[in-house]
Amino acid sequence: MAQKVLIKGNEAIGEAAIMAGCRHFFGYPITPQNEVAEYISKRMPEAGGCFLQAESELAAINMVYGAAGAGARVMTSSSSPGISLMQEGISYIAASELPCLIVNVMRGGPGLGGIQPSQADYFQATKGGGHGDYRLVVLAPSTIQEMIDLIVEGFDIADQYRNPVMILADGMLGQMMEPVVLEPKKRIERQLPAKDWATTGCDGSRPRNVINSLFMIPEQLEQRNLILIDKYKRIEQNEVQYQSIDIEGSDVVLVAYGTMARIARTVAKKAKELGISVGILRPITLWPFPYDAVAAIGDMPNVKAVFSIEMSAGQMVEDIKLGINGKKPVYFYGRTGGMIPSPNEILDYICDVLEVR
Amino acid sequence: MMMSDKRINIFVGHFGSGKTEISINYALDLQRQGLKTMIVDLDIVNPFFRTVEVRDYLEQNEIKVIAPNFAGTALDVPSIPASVYSAFDDTNFNVVLDIGGDEVGAKILGNLRDHIKDGTYNMMYVINARRPLSADISAVGNLLHSIEQTSRLKVTGIINNTNLSSETTIYDIMYGQALAEDLSRQTDIPVVKICGLPDVLEQLPDEYKYKAMPIKIFLHVPWEQ
Repeated sequence: MAQKVLIKGNEAIGEAAIMAGCRHFFGYPITPQNEVAEYISKRMPEAGGCFLQAESELAAINMVYGAAGAGARVMTSSSSPGISLMQEGISYIAASELPCLIVNVMRGGPGLGGIQPSQADYFQATKGGGHGDYRLVVLAPSTIQEMIDLIVEGFDIADQYRNPVMILADGMLGQMMEPVVLEPKKRIERQLPAKDWATTGCDGSRPRNVINSLFMIPEQLEQRNLILIDKYKRIEQNEVQYQSIDIEGSDVVLVAYGTMARIARTVAKKAKELGISVGILRPITLWPFPYDAVAAIGDMPNVKAVFSIEMSAGQMVEDIKLGINGKKPVYFYGRTGGMIPSPNEILDYICDVLEVR
Repeated sequence: MMMSDKRINIFVGHFGSGKTEISINYALDLQRQGLKTMIVDLDIVNPFFRTVEVRDYLEQNEIKVIAPNFAGTALDVPSIPASVYSAFDDTNFNVVLDIGGDEVGAKILGNLRDHIKDGTYNMMYVINARRPLSADISAVGNLLHSIEQTSRLKVTGIINNTNLSSETTIYDIMYGQALAEDLSRQTDIPVVKICGLPDVLEQLPDEYKYKAMPIKIFLHVPWEQ
């Protein structure tokens, strides 16, 4: 195994992208993800790629659109308000079926908000964000090592399905440091189709490739959308990822992703000392959401309650309720604005609900 | 674990090399020796994991804390409060300056240069050889040079803070020590301290033990608090 290094989440995002063969980065600075661009600006020239700081997030995402259309492995990175600015471009990229990687290191909102960690962009990432019926594959790492794995896999998923993939991280994961091996731990071999649709310059030997999302005839646009809808169904069938920890026989199940999944591990440890067994379901793909895994919890006789713990006012909890489908009580505990719920306050809430202590 | 008899102690180095934890530990040590101590958070780079996050603890220990107005709040404008100048004007205090990473972070020192008299300061260059982009002699040498240029101050000591967080072994520390000593030979600047968690530092070979500076970690991720 390669030598470990101590690396910041944001730096790991940059190194993993280069590892994955990404050679084009377009972005605009925003805290708390600045080290992504900072790192890539140093490494990309060494790797023979292009780092470009655009004049705005709008410019950056449209540069991504152009590079993806030309068949490049391309990414951008931003934080919440910057991702909001990119939504039009993201919708165009999804509509044009172009692969790219978009990193959102979430900070507190709404509005300009703050610079501390948050998970308040769950709806934006998983339910649309931009206009029209489209989906992003949304991957949520909870360790820096996993961030490296998911970025490498994210580029592959994007290419396989010709679809934008979003890495949904938060300020804590971006700013913290952990020892990691700078290589993907597991790389699933995927059959990546040739990019025969890319606008690579046409010398007349093939029909011209056109990247387009404008269809003025409704019948044509619907046909186009049916292709997208069919693709999203295949992604839902094939790409769900989650981790379940000690769910069998547990009294309660915490559902949490990213930083909150780390908090959940500490909650489970502390709860055990009080005689409460806590299982954890950690969605790794937020879209497609692991509805089946959540539904299975609904059928477990021992589980008294399900808790969604989030750095938001309650967003993922809606998907959990859909999955549980009324079979168990679903509770929510969250903090907003850059506040991270502490393990103790979550434990107190669980104890209140279970009426113990 | 005194490093110097100088009133002003400046910690610089690569981004993420551990300057803040060392600054906090150093300030507490000065205080324990009965010296009037002030710590100044001059990190204009990092939004999280800052000295100001342990302000209450430091103030309980009678250490004066000066931090930018924005630190720990939602505003990421690196403005410097006027109270920073008290660090140079009030000579009753022993001062610890925690500087942001790389030559970008050291820019603030260039602004303050005229307030720092030659012979009144020590500037310690912190290295962690297990960090990316700072693991070879040319990288650590070039950065030392550009920090000196930007700050218009001279590095007076090298600190080996090579670590992999909680996974650090004595081999990591000795690997970093070799790099620190290479840099020392190249620059004629002594390696003054070897930092690490107490249980790992205990395994230092005898001839290095006098340089050991055991570190207590103050800035934790929220699930370890």
